[in-house]
Formats: sequence, C-alpha cells, structure tokens
Amino acid sequence: MQETPLVVERVFRAESGRILASLIGVIGDFSLAEDALQDALVDALQQWPHTGVPRQPAAWLTTIARRRAIDRLRRDATLLRKQEALRALARLDASDGASASEPEDDLLEGEGIPDERLALLFTCCHPALPLDAQVALTLRTLGGLTTDEVASAFLVSVPTMTQRLIRAKRKIRDAGIPYRVPSREALRERLEGVLAALYLIFNEGYSASAGDALIRHELCGEAIRLGRVLVALQEQEPALAQEAAETLGLLALMLLHDSRRQARVDAEGALVLLEEQDRQRWNRGEIAEGVALLDRALLLRRPGPYQIQAAIAALHAQAERAEDTDWRQIALLYQSLARLAPSPIVELNRAAAVAMADGPEEGLRLLEALRLEESLASYHWFYAARADLLRRARRMDEAAADYVQALRLCENGAERRFLQRRLSALAKRGGE
Amino acid sequence: MMDGRLARRLTAEKKGNDMRYALLIYGDERADSQPSQEEQAAVMAAHNAFGERYKDQILGGEGLLETSSATTVRVRNGKTLTTDGPFAETKEQLGGFYLINCNDLDEALQIAASLPGVERGSIEVRPLMEFD
Repeated sequence: MQETPLVVERVFRAESGRILASLIGVIGDFSLAEDALQDALVDALQQWPHTGVPRQPAAWLTTIARRRAIDRLRRDATLLRKQEALRALARLDASDGASASEPEDDLLEGEGIPDERLALLFTCCHPALPLDAQVALTLRTLGGLTTDEVASAFLVSVPTMTQRLIRAKRKIRDAGIPYRVPSREALRERLEGVLAALYLIFNEGYSASAGDALIRHELCGEAIRLGRVLVALQEQEPALAQEAAETLGLLALMLLHDSRRQARVDAEGALVLLEEQDRQRWNRGEIAEGVALLDRALLLRRPGPYQIQAAIAALHAQAERAEDTDWRQIALLYQSLARLAPSPIVELNRAAAVAMADGPEEGLRLLEALRLEESLASYHWFYAARADLLRRARRMDEAAADYVQALRLCENGAERRFLQRRLSALAKRGGE
Repeated sequence: MMDGRLARRLTAEKKGNDMRYALLIYGDERADSQPSQEEQAAVMAAHNAFGERYKDQILGGEGLLETSSATTVRVRNGKTLTTDGPFAETKEQLGGFYLINCNDLDEALQIAASLPGVERGSIEVRPLMEFD
C-alpha cells in the first residue's frame, strides 16, 4: 500500500487532462472543475490505501470529482439559478448508474469519460488569450503539470505563473471563450494556433532562451505527448482528418529534433553542432516514427511549413555521416519554406545550406543581402552563422570578430560555451 | 466560484444567446473624412445588409459623428474641466457600435469579422457587464 500515492500521481499525470476536459464540458467552469478534481485526488489518497486502487482509476476520479463539484455547488448555492447548474450535474450523476458506492463498477473506460480534450485544447489555445497564457494553460490543464512545474519550466516565479493562469481563466469566463472544436470556417486558422502553442512548448524545452538547462526535457516530452493526442483525436473526426497534415508534420518534426537530444550537448553542457554530433547516440526509434509520420502527412497532399521543416530534419536524420547530408535538397526545402513562411531566420538557414552545397562564398553572398534586415542585427545566430562561413572560407580575423559579436548578444549558457570554444580554437590557430 | 453567467450558460442551453457583446468599430477618420455620396450610400447599404443578416442577434447599434465634434468633460477637485476633442489622440477612432446577443466569443468574432469596415479599421469585441 505504500506505493499508493505514486499510483495516484501516475494516474493523475496520465489522465487529468482527459478528466478535466470532461468535467469542464459538463460544468462549463475551469476553476470549479479544477477544484473538484483536486478534491477527488484527496479522496483517492485517503481511500485507495484501504480499498485498493480501483480497476478504472480514471473513471473513479471522474465520478468522484463530479460529486465533489455538486458538494461545492450546494455549499455555494444561495441563488435559485445555481440550483439549475446543480440539477444538470445531478442528472449526470444519476445517469452514471445506481450503485453510488462503487462508481468504478458502472463505468467503462472511454464510455464513462467522453473525450473532450480536443475542445479543451482549442479553448486553451484560443487567440483571445495571450500566447504565454495559452501555453501555461495547456500544460496545466491538458499536460497535468502543477503550477509550480509550469512556473519552473518557464523560469518565472510561482506567484507570477499563478496570476497568469488566474487571469487566463477569468478571461475565458468573462469573454465567453467556448469549450468546443471551432466551426469549419475557423478551423484551419485556429488549428494553426494550437500547433504554434505546442511547438512553442517543445522549443521552450529544446532550447531554453536563458539559463543553463539547454534541454528541459519534460517540456519536449509533454509537447510530443500532446501532439500524439491531437493526431489521434483529429484522425477520428472526418472534418478534422483532412486538416491533419500539418499536425502530423509537427509531431514528426518534434520527434526528429528530440531524437538528437542525447547527442546535442556534451559532458560539459556545451552545445554540439549537428555535423559534430555522435550519430550513434541519436534515437533510432524516434527517427523511424518521425519519418513514418511525415510519409503519412505527405500522402494528404497539403504541404505546410511544419512538414517542410520535418522533411529537412528527416534528411539530417537519415544521413549516416555528416558528409553524407543532402545539402542541395535541404537548400531547396528552405527555399520552399521561405515562400510559405518567409522569415529572416529561414533565410539564414538557407544561406547555411547553400554554403554547404555550393561553397562558403555562395552562402556569404546570401548573408550579405540579409545583413540589412533589422531583426537580424540583434540575433546572435546571424553572427555565429556568418562566423562559421568565414571560418570555412579561411577568413579567420573576420570570423573571430563575428564570434565576439555573437557572444555579446547570446544569453544561453550552453550556446555561449560553444561560441567561446569556437573563438578560442580560432585564436589558437591564428597564434600558430 | 459559481456566477450568474455560468448558471445562465447551463440553464440557457436550449434558448442559447446567453452572452451580450459590444462590437466597437474603430477606423482612421482622416482616411475617409470626405466620402462621396456613392461611398456613403455603399456604406449604408453594407450596414443594412449586415443588419438584415444578423437581425435575430442585433440588440442595437449607432454610428458616431467624427471626433472633431467631440467634447471631453472631467471633474477634478470639484472643478469641471471641459476640453475640445476626444480624451486621447489615437490612430483609430471609435466610429460606432453594435450590441449583439451570442452564444459565445467565437460567434461574436465571426459576426465582427463580417462587419462593414472591418477590412480597413478594426472591431473591438467586448462582453457587456451583466448584473444579476
């Protein structure tokens, strides 16, 4: 019985998103649903050590949480109108079955808890909410992360994160943000928002913008898990399945990036560039899954930026040695990406790929045109990329100057160590 | 915890339309300060079509004269201060509003996106304060 709290925690982590989505679907109120689920967890921690873990722990928690919501409403039901909400819940409770003391006997998994996570995901990622709140709310409600965990993942204090979540939930209630999958007309645009939030969660985990933890892996894992849920839910709905290509592309992209996690940082915590990574340490399972997902996406014939990025990542993943990389193909993919989703950063990557395919001087020529872009002037990777091309072109003094400039702009510990190392390697060679 | 709006959402499930929103129409006055008669007629026709399309949901709405016709009043320490013009100089000015009834924000946003003028100006969608 000692391990019961661990069982509760495991069940909670895996199922809380689904339970919460179903509770919010019935009650229509975030905070009440969260409080009721919290109550049910306390009950589980008290009862399971004596009664044993129920056969359907998630169904048990859902039923108990509904009843706790009723309790809370009763305590609060001073106005006549609230009785109505109460009746709605009571009807549901009655429909769960008559045997009140053994709720788990009457609930089959999947039947007892309708899967409303997709609706909740669209609520959490509603464009009426600020992006940082979308991401926090998604992790908190669908990811089952605690507020403390979300706060530490985003390097903000717990009170700040608590406030952010409270404000978001208040806006959902006050502005009337619905809990449902958007109508067909709005679907594509809204799905883009959901994918952007998931990718942001992944990237925050993959490359922290400040501090020393280059890979906060829980966030990557969580983004991938939510991506899988989204793919599964989307493919169940005929109207949504047509729009699944980019979701598949994003999941493929995240898996292909994540496959390099072990090889991406060395023992001292410095970033290791793709061409210098030990490819034996890449995760073959994730690569195979990512490539298969990308193939499925391409069959839908709806190209998009995530699929192109996944295709680029797949070309890297499939090269056995760095020198086997198909840079010409990658440069072409960056060119199509620049057409679909133009950005100076995409151009930067294209220049680097062109340099690998056609020589550093070709890449430098493209970079020269980019230098005038204002948004790149404060972007350390611009200088790091140019320094790398200058180094390859044997223009060492200019390369060193660019590494210094990149270091001046970079705040990430692991990236700084990498740049520092490149700079000292240049200095050593210069001194010989 | 439980508020009137939630109760309405639960109880009004069948009749729907349990949220009220103001659609505040903002635009650059200077850009269209001298509309021709045809332009004015086109704007009127567009609003009439909009009103017909959403007649079941529109509770009301008005257009406002230009901000050059505005006067701002403040009372500070018991003293009334009256000044010419709007409270703040902004790039876009409030030019009119509709009040609508909706199920939720998504519906309000969809109606706002089909308002005449949305392609040049912007529509701020604000829930009304409800008193129970």
